[in-house]
Amino acid sequence: MSATANAVRVRNVQAADLDQVAAIDLEITRLSKPGYWAGIRQRYGTGRRQQRFFLVAEAAGRIEGFVIGEVRDWEFGSPRCGWVFAISVRPRTRLAGIGSRLLEAICAGFRRQGVTKVRTMLARDNQLILSFFRSQGMMAAPFIPLELDLH
Amino acid sequence: MKLQKNTLFALYSVLESATNPGRQYSAGEIALKYGISPHHLAKVLRTLGRAGLVESVRGVGGGYRFSGNAKRLTLMDVVQLFENVDATPQRRARHRSGVERGLATVLAEIEEISKATLQSISIATMLKLIQRQQRR
Repeated sequence: MSATANAVRVRNVQAADLDQVAAIDLEITRLSKPGYWAGIRQRYGTGRRQQRFFLVAEAAGRIEGFVIGEVRDWEFGSPRCGWVFAISVRPRTRLAGIGSRLLEAICAGFRRQGVTKVRTMLARDNQLILSFFRSQGMMAAPFIPLELDLH
Repeated sequence: MKLQKNTLFALYSVLESATNPGRQYSAGEIALKYGISPHHLAKVLRTLGRAGLVESVRGVGGGYRFSGNAKRLTLMDVVQLFENVDATPQRRARHRSGVERGLATVLAEIEEISKATLQSISIATMLKLIQRQQRR
């Protein structure tokens, strides 16, 4: 079943949504993360901290996608800004504007927190999501992610 | 990644024609706007035509019009028609000195970032970026 962006309602995650959220993540990443999503909901989805967001897109009682993020102060030396940690939409319902709705919703939440900048980070070979963020107007940030193999 | 003239001319042509997909552009018109040789641009347009990114319209008032899918076509799709983007300096890596290998690693890092950028930006996204910059 397909869902258009207009038929979708973006709302805060509820405990009952977690199985569907985990299923969407599993379908996309092919990695099962038992316990992870419950922990994420505890940290981001309870609404106890206003600067944390865990939103889902629901259409006809089914979760079609989700977005998670947070307003952070001085993370990586950056003044207060919103960070999007994860955004996913069921592969079968993509290209219907659901990802854009989710991103708009979390950005609206960031704005309510007084934030004027949103950032994210993702693998540079993740062309699909990179293209999505680019299509939303995002540009390269003035940061370079670095890593080191620890032996 | 340093783009050759042909590549830049191709990007100008694709972006210019994709701005108004129904409109026909002559090589001379685009060449004049960007201050480049119409003869040189005509060759570039023929390559773009063979790749299906523009189609030539014959007759009076003929020229080229955009025929690609702006949402699917990326800057990299255009670039790799003119550049050997897969050329890698790793070919003789075993025979290189430590200095050469170290530099090759850093240059490859820069190359990977350039490729990821070009692959992630569609023509439609690029047109939106241009519009935003023109509004400022």
